Amino acid sequence: MLRYTVRRLGQLLIVTVVLSVLLFGWLRALPGGPVSALLGERATEESRARLVQQLGLDQPLYVQYWKFVQRAITGDFGVSTGVQPGTPAMEVFLQRMPATLELSVLALLLAVAVGIPLGYFAARRQGGWLDNLSITWSLIGVAVPVFFLAFLLKYVFAIEFGVLPASGRQAAGIDATHATGFFVLDGLLTTEWDAAWNALVHLLLPAVALSTIPFAVIFRLTRASVLDVVEEDYVRTARSKGLGAMVVRGRHILRNAMLPVVTTIGLQTGALLSGAVLTEQVFNIPGIGQALSLGFQRQDYAVLQVVILATAMVYVLVNLLVDLAYAAIDPRLRTR
Amino acid sequence: MGAAAGPGFRLSRVGRRLVTVGLTAVLATSLSACVQSQRGEDSGQTMVFGAPGAPALFDPFYASDGETFRVTRQMMEGLVGFEAGGVKVEPELATDWKSSEDGTKWTFQLREGVKFHDGTDFNAEAVCANFERWYNQTGTGQSSALSYYWIETFGGFAGDDEPSLFSSCEAQDPTTAVINLTRATSKFPAALGLDSFSMQSPTAMEKYEADKVVAKGSGFEYSEYARKHPTGTGPFQFDSYDQNNQSVVLRRNDDYWGDKAKLDRLIFKVISDESVRKQELLSGGIDGYDFPNPADLDSLRQQDFNVQVREPFNVLYLGMSQKKNPALRKLKVRKALAYAVNRENLVNANLPDGAEVANLFYPSSVDGYTEDVAKYSYDPEKAKRLLNEAGHSDLTIEFWWPTQVTRPYMPDPRGIFNSLAGDMRKAGITVKPVSKPWNGGYISDVNKGDAEVFLLGWTGDYNSPDNFIGTFFGSTENQFYTKPAPWGEKLANRLDAADKEPDPTKRERMYTEINRDLKSKYLPAVPLSHSPPAIVTAPHVEGLVTSPLTAEEFASVSIEK
Repeated sequence: MLRYTVRRLGQLLIVTVVLSVLLFGWLRALPGGPVSALLGERATEESRARLVQQLGLDQPLYVQYWKFVQRAITGDFGVSTGVQPGTPAMEVFLQRMPATLELSVLALLLAVAVGIPLGYFAARRQGGWLDNLSITWSLIGVAVPVFFLAFLLKYVFAIEFGVLPASGRQAAGIDATHATGFFVLDGLLTTEWDAAWNALVHLLLPAVALSTIPFAVIFRLTRASVLDVVEEDYVRTARSKGLGAMVVRGRHILRNAMLPVVTTIGLQTGALLSGAVLTEQVFNIPGIGQALSLGFQRQDYAVLQVVILATAMVYVLVNLLVDLAYAAIDPRLRTR
Repeated sequence: MGAAAGPGFRLSRVGRRLVTVGLTAVLATSLSACVQSQRGEDSGQTMVFGAPGAPALFDPFYASDGETFRVTRQMMEGLVGFEAGGVKVEPELATDWKSSEDGTKWTFQLREGVKFHDGTDFNAEAVCANFERWYNQTGTGQSSALSYYWIETFGGFAGDDEPSLFSSCEAQDPTTAVINLTRATSKFPAALGLDSFSMQSPTAMEKYEADKVVAKGSGFEYSEYARKHPTGTGPFQFDSYDQNNQSVVLRRNDDYWGDKAKLDRLIFKVISDESVRKQELLSGGIDGYDFPNPADLDSLRQQDFNVQVREPFNVLYLGMSQKKNPALRKLKVRKALAYAVNRENLVNANLPDGAEVANLFYPSSVDGYTEDVAKYSYDPEKAKRLLNEAGHSDLTIEFWWPTQVTRPYMPDPRGIFNSLAGDMRKAGITVKPVSKPWNGGYISDVNKGDAEVFLLGWTGDYNSPDNFIGTFFGSTENQFYTKPAPWGEKLANRLDAADKEPDPTKRERMYTEINRDLKSKYLPAVPLSHSPPAIVTAPHVEGLVTSPLTAEEFASVSIEK
């Protein structure tokens, strides 16, 4: 098991190095660069050349890369030039990651909390009004583009009725302590209830918009899975043994129907992080999605490198953990 | 639902529906009440303004971007300022000034009884400490990305081979500061109104190591002073910058020497997307924002928002580089392009209310302006004739326009390109469109002179012809590549001479002459338009005076609810 783990960690290192080389080369192959972003239209050729030299951007790419690696090992990934100018890129990432996670988690909770019960009841009353309504709703969820739904939600709840905020993470200037960067959690930990509620209220519309696709997937899968399971022999057997309806539903139908749904929920987590890019832009949420979008617009090498590398590392690490878990369960995998 | 209702407590179907509807109504009402109460807490004398970008830092000396200045302007003041709503130089921390006859010695009388936010006295010694700090920058501090305005205005630093415009500063007495220059310049004293030259507390700058700026990777890490302790003399003082929530909070300086700010707190909330800024205003989340989409102005007005259109202080021009396309080296060809474009139509169809056709490379409020220049009214037939005479009746040009950007002088680059390209085609010119992202190659290629015909512009920093035409044509290595032109060097020298002329009347005459020749003899570009950027506030916001320099101060603003 130890050898297997070491081998997999070695693979992780190779993946990281290859990814960082590709990313480094690709970003520098893009036209423009941070010098244009730093100096703007007021730059003369002379001032551009001076700055290129000062920042070491005139050195061969392998020299620049080596310097980047040397700094990165010490945790220094450079400083943002466009997303949050002057702030260390890693700090930008660490500040923004909680916003994305908070949004994604709430969206997933909404999708699960609504999708599973609705899927179950729709299946139990197949062909009924609840079933038809839910299917229509889930189809709309998949078909309507997130940005349009976001605009619609904002228009109705923020602009027309004014009951929910249109954008941001928390009202500007509110008295709030941000210890962890997860605003709702911060408010609860510090007993600043107003701040926690305000952050939660700000999350509602973006989370609803972001949850529509995972909701639709979870709902439809639950429904289909429950329809399959209720026909199984063991359900019939359980009923014929005289078990109560609650026990049959909970222990035999729902629990078995949940197996594929749980796997899908795991897969949806990755999709949620990708969906957050657009949602954060539309709702002006300073998360990593917005950082990526602004990073490309403003040619912010440092932030793009950290955000893309760190996100990829998270995926690779999660993948590694899953593989290790499989290997622990099935010893045959360790020798393959 | 069945699982929720235990034995002995089973609601009828109607009952369950009633409970569901009731709970939904209670939730919606409490949600609404809560949000409204939180908005209520933020009202009163707090203003939240939607800013398009994050400030880079709070030390204006190292900044050159509008979003940094938007914040520091409320906290800091210069020796001179600009009149409210205009560009005329006015006293600020200096009450009066005079220059020697040769224009090299400037004596400033300082306002008495002024203190920085940290309690340090503002006096001549503080003025000299600021000038000495700027002049003695070393290493990274000398980068053009940091000390941009110092380099543009004063040319260099202590110990440079090329002498700086700045020579020395003397504190004659606590209220008299003398600035010695190495030569006369048209930039003085107006350039001292630039935000970069705001007076900052020498005590705070020393305590928090203001000059400690480090190049890291492709960017710069700023000092603790620049991030957390900016200290000026202005009507607002720094409170906090919450990067997690993207908002900067300033609070009123109760010891301000002049009229105190009416707002208790002024908050800048960063909202990069223009449509989101509009939605935030409509939903009551912010009290105002800058640079609304010109297409939204009418609907905002109809909804009773205050849409204030600034007096234009910028220029959009059609640049013509003489580097790659030999045809563009001929004056007749450049004139043909000037006749080919319909600028009246452009202004009416593609630019916002208040936009004007540009006569010169700067607006009429700047010295040396004259109407007595070649006008180039739209005349496609004349354009064709000129092209024929130049031997280029089949002229083909690359016409560059930028994507992923809007600028106050260029709110819709694609629309402007389409309008002008259509005009050129009517004059028989073959147009090859080239579009590049603003920061993805457009600016760098245009600045190298690689773009044959291109769209670009400029927003003025202060009232000086040198800030416009000196910037464009003061060197021969420019966007228009005037180096090989027989007049390129001469034009640069004439601009230099005008800038150095100490006699204001004579200087103005020199600029007028240069403007005439720029339009008739040289024509390296065609001035197209001056476009006024707008600013919008909620109906309950009063007292905002707009600035042509987009340099609004919020001390006069109040919230009337």
